Amino acid sequence: MQRIGVFVCHCGTNIAGTVDVAAVSEALKNEPGVVYSTNYQYMCSQAGQDIIKNAIAEHGLTGIVVCSCSPRMHEATFRKTAAAAGLNSYMVEIANIREQCSWVHKDMKTGTEKAIILGKAAVAKVNLNAPLTPGESPVTKRALVIGGGIAGIQTALDIADAGFPVDIVETKPTIGGKMAQLDKTFPTLDCAACILTPKMVDVAQNDKIRIFSYSEVTDVKGFVGNFDVTIKRRARYVKEDVCTGCGACTEKCPQKKIPNEFNLGMDNRRAIYIPFAQAVPKVATIDLDHCNMLKNGKCGVCAKVCAAGAIDYNAKDEYIEEKYGAIVAATGFNPISMDKFDEFAYSQSKDVITSLEFERLTNAAGPTGGKLLRPSDGEHPRTIVFVQCVGSRCDSCAQKGKEYCSKICCMYTAKHAMLTRDKYPDTDVYVFYIDVRTPGKNFDEFYRRAVEEYGVHYIKGMVGKVSPEGGKLMVQASDLIDNKQLRIEADLVVLAAAIEPDRSARPLATMLTASMDTNDFFTEAHPKLRPVESPTAGVFLSGTCQGPKDIPETVAQAGAAASKVIGLLAKDKLMGNPCVAHSDENMCNGCSTCENVCPYGAITYEEKEFRMPDRTTRIRRVARVNEAVCQGCGCCTVACMSGAMNLKGFKNEQILAEVDAICR
Amino acid sequence: MADNKKLKEDVLAISGVNVRKCMKCGKCSGTCPSYGEMEYHPHQFVSMVESGDIEKLMQSESIYKCLSCMACVERCPRGVEPGKLVEAIRLISIRRKDANRLTPDRISELLDEDMPQQALVTAFRKYTK
Amino acid sequence: MKVSYYPGCTLRNKAKELDRCARECAQILGFELCEIENWQCCGGAYTSSTDEIATKLSSVRALKAAGELDRPLITVCSACHNVIKRTNLAMKEEEFAGKVNAYMAQDADFTTPYGGETEVYHYLEFLRDKIGFDSVKEKVKNPLTGRKIAAYYGCLLLRPSKAMAFDDPENPTVLEDFIRALGAEPVIYPARNECCGGYVVLEDKDSAKRKSATVSESAKGHGADSIVTACPLCRYNLMKSGSELPVVYFTELLAEALGAKEAENG
Repeated sequence: MQRIGVFVCHCGTNIAGTVDVAAVSEALKNEPGVVYSTNYQYMCSQAGQDIIKNAIAEHGLTGIVVCSCSPRMHEATFRKTAAAAGLNSYMVEIANIREQCSWVHKDMKTGTEKAIILGKAAVAKVNLNAPLTPGESPVTKRALVIGGGIAGIQTALDIADAGFPVDIVETKPTIGGKMAQLDKTFPTLDCAACILTPKMVDVAQNDKIRIFSYSEVTDVKGFVGNFDVTIKRRARYVKEDVCTGCGACTEKCPQKKIPNEFNLGMDNRRAIYIPFAQAVPKVATIDLDHCNMLKNGKCGVCAKVCAAGAIDYNAKDEYIEEKYGAIVAATGFNPISMDKFDEFAYSQSKDVITSLEFERLTNAAGPTGGKLLRPSDGEHPRTIVFVQCVGSRCDSCAQKGKEYCSKICCMYTAKHAMLTRDKYPDTDVYVFYIDVRTPGKNFDEFYRRAVEEYGVHYIKGMVGKVSPEGGKLMVQASDLIDNKQLRIEADLVVLAAAIEPDRSARPLATMLTASMDTNDFFTEAHPKLRPVESPTAGVFLSGTCQGPKDIPETVAQAGAAASKVIGLLAKDKLMGNPCVAHSDENMCNGCSTCENVCPYGAITYEEKEFRMPDRTTRIRRVARVNEAVCQGCGCCTVACMSGAMNLKGFKNEQILAEVDAICR
Repeated sequence: MADNKKLKEDVLAISGVNVRKCMKCGKCSGTCPSYGEMEYHPHQFVSMVESGDIEKLMQSESIYKCLSCMACVERCPRGVEPGKLVEAIRLISIRRKDANRLTPDRISELLDEDMPQQALVTAFRKYTK
Repeated sequence: MKVSYYPGCTLRNKAKELDRCARECAQILGFELCEIENWQCCGGAYTSSTDEIATKLSSVRALKAAGELDRPLITVCSACHNVIKRTNLAMKEEEFAGKVNAYMAQDADFTTPYGGETEVYHYLEFLRDKIGFDSVKEKVKNPLTGRKIAAYYGCLLLRPSKAMAFDDPENPTVLEDFIRALGAEPVIYPARNECCGGYVVLEDKDSAKRKSATVSESAKGHGADSIVTACPLCRYNLMKSGSELPVVYFTELLAEALGAKEAENG
């Protein structure tokens, strides 16, 4: 029989405001096994923990129940308290009477009644608890960063700086991401390439960092400290270690009319190409879909002009397997499609563009050499209308767009408007806004400069329709301050398209068993206190894959993710979770159901010899759990039809005892 | 005041519109083809219903200027449907005693020989109870 | 293939061509428009208010009649289509349908309640989804080669798109694909989904005129030589606004291309 102590926390008024804590500790005194019960203002405080320690010593407690906040908050705290008093950590149970009780009830009577029931359930469970000891597992001291934009680059550099090897996997032929496509960066207006490309070079030259470009992660197995990852290296038909990046092939390739992704299709590239001058790795890639040689064996020009002999038409996709201790998701974002917003005539006029396209139109390496010219006729636009919040802040019942604020658009639009007025003072610039959101260091000052110094017309209102008429764009919009409907004859309309997570994020989250929100942004372990960690141990989040962010925030988060990775890789061994599955081999019938449902590959089968009552022996196939790999999710215990599989610390009889206590 | 409160409840109930969803972007008024003819514009219908200013809207010619073209409903990013508010207010207005906008004795002066029946029946549905 | 057909009152009077051509072309294209018995006027406008029951009964009766024959219901006039399709969607809501069925239960021939089961197609939708524009193209005898035709959707076919589910409300393609199938070139212009002024013409001719003029000028400005519509009121408003371009019904265009008119004349 256990000797159980019960400790009820007031949590100030958080619990005591809705739950009669004295009544709870009094009621639980009568539960089987309980020898001591008390309540205190803040159980998690030093004084509160001392009450627990003293009670363990004085009353010879073998198990304790703390009725307090969620175990996600303080289970670890109270386990340490128990251990300090010589009690096994796993003899501690938390009854969550805050989040699941006092916070959701308004009535003291109901709250108290429920708190008592939750306490009874925890007592019933502790009665069946047994001490558990966690195992240890080694840590592979190498990190994987998935995504090679500014987030992935910064994370990789910081991890490498601490001395740990890092691999970057990037789907594009080069690292650099969206930032490489930007012209200037707010609020300081330094050139994006000038601050990004040195970092890209640092990555290339760092002997701790390997870049797998034109590659993707196809499989992830294992667990924190011990991930086994399969990386598909797509054939680029150019030997990366031989190509010198001279670019001769990209000038001679006869396939000239392929839309250039880097310039968002506003100019063309060849079938063999280097995305941009500062690409890393600076090697050519052949686009399988457009190369005549690869499609029908007719061409071979690039091989002829390549002095280095780097072209390899017979290259195949390769799969490599690597081990990592930590994985960082840095998969980034894309602007949403404008398909569902054709009232702005994006599909009907070349002169209606997105803000990212505007970046390329003003960039010296862009399709116009940095001159702001209309895509339709190459003329200089005299009137430009910027439309904010296109597809952001939409209600779900509108069935289009995103519900969230994309966060970066107010600032980049102010930047576009300001730079246009600076370079082309003869241009009229209008910005239609719903709210101007500029909370950031020097951000609002920046927006005010656009208005006050550069004379950008900010109009509170929204564009209803853009009509291409006679080579112009008729913009019909509201001006809510003047209570007018405006018609502006514009030459160029720029849409601040909402941003969304990259499509690769969802399948990656599935592989990592990392959770996502309804918008496909990765979920953090705690929205305030653990913002760069996924709830899945060993998986970390960097940049816009976690939520919309500008560059300064992305870099800050990238560094934070790196420091978490470094903290993990600095350990030689990790304490495992002792609450793992265990199979009772006498009951196991070898059916393989558990093996099939296990998401971690933790269950294998072995042939084992059993002695029968009649002294004969029989060989049976039984399940064996690899405790280092098992994450204690419990799938197998539910699936097991013979009842052989049980989760330590959460055995079927323990769960049923809780249910019985609740129903009593 | 009490009357206005009841009116607001009626408008919300029969239109099925949730005016609290509005984020005051003004896209409805940027879209409306009858904006120039209206005293109160689509976004004002939403905010005036929210503040309970229904009587003013009922007395305004604006409720007969709406074409029911549903462009505001289609383009609203918040799914607010201002056009349905206009319709509800017009209905409440014409349902009052002797408040029909159109009476049969006026038909002959409004018709011409090419006008399709559709115009007539639609107008009757919109303007009379 | 037999389908139920709801012509509506305008097609019986001012828009007889719209109706006649629709029937003739259907025969050529291999389906038969079977007019439902004793149909009543749809009312011309759908009233979105949730407490409007009686004004929707005529549409529900038409839908029910088609449903009892287990046939889809086809309409041609944009207004009828808008009213009937939106009514049908409303009938899928239990509370609303309950009220309507309670009314209908007083009809002498009432048998079973109606719950929005009938499939409703606009004639154009039926061509696109059930006949296929490729099949239409095969039957074309007199391709309208060289003609530049502006498709005018107006509001009723497209909006509200959640209920109409007809086409992309801002960038529709069905009429353009139809025009292409007939051998002509569609002209895409931004006012094609703007309102013609509608019923407001009855009391404010100037307002309707301004709206319609915007449409016909936009079509002309983009190089069209004619405008095609499915709606008698759109056609009326465009003509009265002094459109320089002829405005024809889509079924007239279809009849011309399929040679239905010749068949009748000769």
